[in-house]
Amino acid sequence: MSSTETLRGWGRTAPTRARVLRPATVEDVTDAVAAAGPRGIVARGLGRSYGDPAQNAGGTVLDMTGLARVHSIDAESGIAVVDGGVSLDTLMREALPLGLWVPVLPGTRQVTVGGAIGADVHGKNHHTKGSFGNHVPWLELVTADGQVRRLTPDDELFQATVGGMGLTGVVTRAAVRLHRTESAYFVVDTDRTRDLDELMGLLTDGSDDRYGYSAAWFDTTSTGAALGRAVLTRGSLATLDQLPPDRRADPLRFDAPQLLRFPDVFPSGLANRATLRAFSELWYRKAPKRQRGAIQNITAFYQVLDLFGDWNRVYGRRGFLQYQFGVPFGAEDTFRRIVEKIATSPHASGLNVLKRFGDGNAAPLSFPQPGWTITVDFPIARGLHRFCDELDELVHGAGGRLYLAKESRTSAATFRRGYPRFDEWRKIRDGADPTGVFTSDMARRLELT
Amino acid sequence: MIDAVGNPQSVLLMGGTSDIGLAVVEAFASDRPLRVVLAGRPSPRLDAARARLERAGCAVETVEFDARALDTHADVVRKAFAGGDVDVALVAFGLLGDNERAWQDVDAAVELAQVNYTAAVSVGVALAGRMREQGHGAIVAFSSVAGERARRSNFVYGSTKAGMDAFYTGLTEALRPEGITVTVVRPGFVHTRMTEGLPPAPLATTPEAVAAAVVDAVRSRREQVWAPAPLRGVMSVLRHLPRAVFRRLPV
Repeated sequence: MSSTETLRGWGRTAPTRARVLRPATVEDVTDAVAAAGPRGIVARGLGRSYGDPAQNAGGTVLDMTGLARVHSIDAESGIAVVDGGVSLDTLMREALPLGLWVPVLPGTRQVTVGGAIGADVHGKNHHTKGSFGNHVPWLELVTADGQVRRLTPDDELFQATVGGMGLTGVVTRAAVRLHRTESAYFVVDTDRTRDLDELMGLLTDGSDDRYGYSAAWFDTTSTGAALGRAVLTRGSLATLDQLPPDRRADPLRFDAPQLLRFPDVFPSGLANRATLRAFSELWYRKAPKRQRGAIQNITAFYQVLDLFGDWNRVYGRRGFLQYQFGVPFGAEDTFRRIVEKIATSPHASGLNVLKRFGDGNAAPLSFPQPGWTITVDFPIARGLHRFCDELDELVHGAGGRLYLAKESRTSAATFRRGYPRFDEWRKIRDGADPTGVFTSDMARRLELT
Repeated sequence: MIDAVGNPQSVLLMGGTSDIGLAVVEAFASDRPLRVVLAGRPSPRLDAARARLERAGCAVETVEFDARALDTHADVVRKAFAGGDVDVALVAFGLLGDNERAWQDVDAAVELAQVNYTAAVSVGVALAGRMREQGHGAIVAFSSVAGERARRSNFVYGSTKAGMDAFYTGLTEALRPEGITVTVVRPGFVHTRMTEGLPPAPLATTPEAVAAAVVDAVRSRREQVWAPAPLRGVMSVLRHLPRAVFRRLPV
């Protein structure tokens, strides 16, 4: 079953055409890899990468969402064995009744396990739990030779697959180490800060390590004294006795509704400086100045955007890009300059997140490294290309890097500046795929393969 | 690949010595290093174009291309794509010709028609095929406001541009479902080699100004662009004038 389709990333930019196959079995995957033509093949999950890693113009794209069985979840060991196309949402719904929690959750649950490994996704708990690849004891990869290889973290190909953006092969199955929880609720502390300095103070005074989960929203539309005013929310999974009595009867209830799906009717200019400024004002004002011990479900605390289907449509036909970078500790000044630069530019961003990263892992292309990560998003507008190139300079000048799951517009040279271990990754990849069977628009754009 | 903000990695210039075409390449190259394929007749001018782009930091290859040799076009385009994907293809070759000679001399008229229309169509078909195969890309075709309404003083050239404009406007529709953007550019009087020695028309512009408009159109996937922009309104009025009035205008 195949069709030719126009594919885009979550940012709705850079559409390209590819033959899309929907494998239902591992054999379908090996057949498709064996039959990949000169323009190669790449796996695609739920399409939540913002840019072009899950597109392959003129080639083949494997829509992995049909290979989506949860094979087993061992309540004792917490090991779940799932197909690559299983979403974290599905995994969570299956695991919660057993008192098990998905160890790493990005801002949406609508990503596949294969995609979570390929992008080595992280969440608000990176400083305590690391990224997704840290919790995968083994995975099965269909490689360029059509073999299914079972790999463990001791294999270099495993490490090249974690964060490898699908360019080492297709993850058909993986084990995920879940961890135990008594409830599906968080105990949350909120602090609203006047400015950036106060926020950075809270994040570096040692208090951050008391929370399993921590991230801040900050304002890039206000200037002057209110520059970078923020709402910091930090919490940990609630134990049974932390829950109010009325929640104790059903502590593992998965409270994650989707309120509505946005229709595709929004004009491109709707998200502009004025509306995003109003949004930012509202978002800041609605947060309590200081709150301790609030009980919140996952949607309220963590994945607010999962309330809304197709929320990327708000940006209209021209789409948007998300700019996420990491800079090492000590580069706080660069971070401040970037926030100032955004606040005084014609480009506006509403959804801005700051988080402190913990240690990185062994994967050569894994994004997180100790330091700060900042995410902003911009509607596509005239002049944005130069503005982002200027941000690139600031980020890389401070020893930082860009996150490939969000990346949609940097240059090959700039990308390499941020990833000094790229050559190491490339060697492992080329060893496993000497003829370049696996490729993608991102691979062509950033000269990854 | 053309990225999320419209930066291409490679540009093919059909008509490798075109002043406007080279200005477009330079405008793209001012933001990112570019791989450029220049398709043109081997000549010192082509060598100079190559050197000019290399100075701008481009990696340049050349492919021999003669617009008059229609049966070679498919092969030329194939060669142009041999070194990798072409993100943006500029169809920028053409002849202005001498109108008074052209409408009275069969050979001169046919040459204008062949180069400006037939060759543009032949190249367009070949480009469309390659772009469909690679699954992405943008084609920019340089038409002219002269094709919007043919004037007595320039109607042979105008008629060829009217034909190529109609073809590429149709190609825009045919390739839109394929994810490939075709942009038809309608410049007015541009100070180039082609117009050297001619009295400039009102709203005359420069290759650099046209290039800026083209780059902006490719970045935002616009399908029609006038250069300078006010010509759109001007031409709209001129197109609707009764012939009796139009022929009395000093244009």
